[in-house]
Amino acid sequence: MFWQVTKDLLEGFGTTLELFGFTLLFALPLGLIISFGSMSRFTPVKWLVKTFVWIIRGTPLMLQMIIIYYGPGLVGTYASQIENPGIIMSWLATWSVFDRFVAVLVAFAINYACYFSEIYRGGIEGIPVGQKEAGQVLGLTKTQIFFKITLMQVIKRIIPPMSNEIITLVKDTSLARIIAVYEIIFMGQNYIKLEGIIWPLFYTGAFYLVFNGLLTIVFGKIEKKLSYYRG
Amino acid sequence: MAILEIKNIHKNFGNTKVLKGIDITLEKGNVLVIIGSSGSGKTTLLRCLNFLETPDKGTISVNGKVLIDGEDKATLSDKIIRKNRLHFGLVFQQFNLFPQYSVKDNLTLAPRLALKSEIKEYKKAHGASAAKEEKARREKEIQQNTLRLLEPVGLSEKIDSYPCELSGGQQQRVAIARALALEPDILCFDEPTSALDPELVGEVLKVLKNLAESGKTMVVVTHEMRFAREVADHVVFMSDGVIAEEGTPEEVFDNPKNERTKQFLQSII
Repeated sequence: MFWQVTKDLLEGFGTTLELFGFTLLFALPLGLIISFGSMSRFTPVKWLVKTFVWIIRGTPLMLQMIIIYYGPGLVGTYASQIENPGIIMSWLATWSVFDRFVAVLVAFAINYACYFSEIYRGGIEGIPVGQKEAGQVLGLTKTQIFFKITLMQVIKRIIPPMSNEIITLVKDTSLARIIAVYEIIFMGQNYIKLEGIIWPLFYTGAFYLVFNGLLTIVFGKIEKKLSYYRG
Repeated sequence: MAILEIKNIHKNFGNTKVLKGIDITLEKGNVLVIIGSSGSGKTTLLRCLNFLETPDKGTISVNGKVLIDGEDKATLSDKIIRKNRLHFGLVFQQFNLFPQYSVKDNLTLAPRLALKSEIKEYKKAHGASAAKEEKARREKEIQQNTLRLLEPVGLSEKIDSYPCELSGGQQQRVAIARALALEPDILCFDEPTSALDPELVGEVLKVLKNLAESGKTMVVVTHEMRFAREVADHVVFMSDGVIAEEGTPEEVFDNPKNERTKQFLQSII
């Protein structure tokens, strides 16, 4: 029984890890783009991005998942009921629900990108302006200054808040069960329904714990590696 | 011919007029020292020289060529500025070394990046294999140059250290070597000893003095009056965005004519 449960939960944890990995893959660069937007000197872009970040950070991730999962289908159904649809409406009528996993991934990537963007922004704005100016007077281009001077210092500064956020992400993946993505909690809960036993659900905690332990070690290693300098 | 000509520089920040028409001429190999109380505009002038600020009006010329004209947009583009600013080097009050790089990498970063784009051009003209050889040769040159730069500032042994392992005085000396790595025509110093502990000021001033004696053209903003008197060929006293008084160190320090100069010199001694 124990091995059967472990096997099932591992399968669910595979989905959890997939969601975790793909979210990072998309959210890390997307967050950087959003952070540039929120620091833009072009005011309309800045405020548009800031409003977007406000909405995403100001509403529950669970709600965002539900809207992204059901929203397109609702729009499609509504549009297809209109008589004599125009070009836009007939295009909207083709909308249907996303694949469950894709919907969850989109919601997660956007949500975490917004959180990451604020961490990036804090990191970038925290670099003394003198660093940029030192690069400027040495004739470096803006791109060179960013990649050769600023970025490394930003990474060092944001590792602690990022590790926090990334560990939260591991646990947040459990929200995906709300639209029936078969991640590990969903698998554990199944045992309550099908077999009337609850310990598999408790057992899922061990998987999170071990994985987050590994992450903690990795982040500690990175921090140590970057500790050869101060500033 | 004068190496540096500053003509009628104006600079406003919003409604505050920081520079109200500055004219300065500097001969090659001379040392110009700018003194004045804080808020007099001396740092802003230095920042204009290094294109960290663009003047609203007026021109800056090196060797007779206008590098920046506050009213000529063509001289204000990013690309032109990047090219032209290399006539000047700047040593900051806060050193601004790159903390993640060793002393060596601090010195070689800019030259190596410049080399990279030069080699790209070279490759187009001479082919890949020639470019590779040229690159190896030039890289070796940069390495040797690094050693040559660290020796006069007395830090040859610190070549592999990181900035956080150095004292303020040592960091500032590295910063001077870094500014010299690109062989600027004119080296500028923005209060280079103001952020240092008193006992470390001497070692940095000594480096400046040696540079002056070796014939480097320098513009120094400083509060070190004794140093100014010893090293300056020309002293400018700035007050409220204009040059209130200028002349040889003897003229300005021993026989100041302007009331404000007198007041300033009294307050500082």
